[in-house]
Amino acid sequence: MELKVINYQDTRSGFGAGLLEVGKKNEKVVALCADLIGSLKMDAFVKEFPERFFQMGISEAHMIGMAAGLTIGGYIPYTGTFANFSTGRVYDQIRQAVAYSEKNVKICASHAGLTLGEDGATHQILEDIGLMKMMPGMTVIVPCDYNQTKAATIAIADHEGPVYLRFGRPKVPNFTTEDRPFIIGKADVLCEGTDVSIFAAGHMVWKAYEAVNQLREEGISAELINIHTIKPLDVEAVMLSASKTKCVVTAEEHQMNGGLGDSIAQVLSRNLPLPVEMVAVKDVFGQSGTPEELMAVYGLDTSDIVAAAKRAVARK
Amino acid sequence: MTDINDLKNIASQVRRDIVRMVHGCQSGHPGGSLGCTDLLVALYFNQMRIKPEQFSMDGTGEDVFFLSNGHISPLFYSVLARRGFFSVAELATFRKLHSRLQGHPATMEGLPGIRIASGSLGQGLSVAIGAAWAKKLNKDNHLVYVLMGDGEQQEGQIWEAALHAGARGLDNLIGIIDYNGQQIDGPVDQVMSLGDLKAKYEAFGWSVIVFDGNNMEETIETLEIARQYTGKGAPIMLLMKTEMGMGVDFMMGTHKWHGSAPNDEQKDAALAQLDETLGDY
Repeated sequence: MELKVINYQDTRSGFGAGLLEVGKKNEKVVALCADLIGSLKMDAFVKEFPERFFQMGISEAHMIGMAAGLTIGGYIPYTGTFANFSTGRVYDQIRQAVAYSEKNVKICASHAGLTLGEDGATHQILEDIGLMKMMPGMTVIVPCDYNQTKAATIAIADHEGPVYLRFGRPKVPNFTTEDRPFIIGKADVLCEGTDVSIFAAGHMVWKAYEAVNQLREEGISAELINIHTIKPLDVEAVMLSASKTKCVVTAEEHQMNGGLGDSIAQVLSRNLPLPVEMVAVKDVFGQSGTPEELMAVYGLDTSDIVAAAKRAVARK
Repeated sequence: MTDINDLKNIASQVRRDIVRMVHGCQSGHPGGSLGCTDLLVALYFNQMRIKPEQFSMDGTGEDVFFLSNGHISPLFYSVLARRGFFSVAELATFRKLHSRLQGHPATMEGLPGIRIASGSLGQGLSVAIGAAWAKKLNKDNHLVYVLMGDGEQQEGQIWEAALHAGARGLDNLIGIIDYNGQQIDGPVDQVMSLGDLKAKYEAFGWSVIVFDGNNMEETIETLEIARQYTGKGAPIMLLMKTEMGMGVDFMMGTHKWHGSAPNDEQKDAALAQLDETLGDY
């Protein structure tokens, strides 16, 4: 399938637009934010539904606990802060008051990964997918662009149970058409191919698409699958593609430890052992720089995916 | 509403339950459970407007209670069972494999009466605040109660929550602190003094009342006053002075029984001091 860039937009704006829309659709949706309304693009919701918005100040642990409490009374709370403060900082609160207590809280996390850029490693969390997917009962969603983030933000309101929704800061290609269905847990095949399967998530999906085009020019037919739901993983889609192509590349803006690649490798090693190459951050912290510089330095560029695909094909 | 003498009788039975439950599995936390017994009996049998037979997670249209210091679960379970949330026979399963009565309260097993897991300290006040806001949004004029420990006040999240409720004037919330002055490593004043806790909460915008939580008459009176304070633009905090181990002489005046179980002899000695008023489970 040929994908076209509709425009360049940040995924966090997709969250903001989705939050407004789901707020209009579902009066049980409430939102909480720890002093980052502008960064999370929650302004429109705040303006439209001031009585359903809670400014928490810089108190993330309390925000998660309060969100759990709001579900007792039937509300669907969306918490908003940076990915770092949405996960690592509040892990125990999420574990006990949300996941173990089976609360219907939507943890919405912006500025994930290296593409946060200049703020540096303190804010560039690369461990959050792993942290959240380890939690029993947690659904982990990493949409690829503006439109998909918007669709995911709306969809999670109808999913009963805790959700971690991860998105980012920079403007990136928005290529998912608005009518493309978003189904939690259902992987999206973007390009069909026969030589190698590329499973990508988040900002890496577009880079993987660029890689597919380059590989085609070099005579390699790559299949591209957008794994927007890391957990529960669409095992069927993974198996179907991998059993056809016989080798796999994973691509994510996250540590290699604990991320999407880990999840795919676990499925394959148990069911269908095949060569797997992982494009991910290799057990180091990030640093300050532009998003583009950082993605290049830490090996998360289109060229890295192309190289990984060639390695995977060679290992067959 | 149950009268004072009946409440005292229920409290005696609940204390027996606590001792027997902790003895039965040779683990758990009798000290704080015995200390807070009068409060929970007063809440569940006299003060709170609840529907034990039709437990709903939402708690809409009723008062709700959260236990933040989840380690005093034997007390919580006994009071819930005695109040009719589930069978008293189930108390015998406390802390045993496949029981709904987990070591610390949990929702996953579907035990009626439990609305949040607790045990990792410092989280219950935030949860209660969320539930109180839900009641405001639902225009439900029932109240939210939350019990915490005094040692638990050392957790940072408590003060995030305290700041929030005070700043926003959340006035359908009644917090209670078990002010027994003891924690695992010794007296709170030695481990990490809370200083003037009353002044601290007042500085955070709360209305604070200090009372004797092992005096049933005073407990009822204080809970009545607290209820009258609701709806007046400020959250309410009750500093409840209790004695850890209350009701069993050798468990009082020490932190030793915070988390230890009595042996057979100690169990018998404890039960000899507590009247069996409603029949043991």
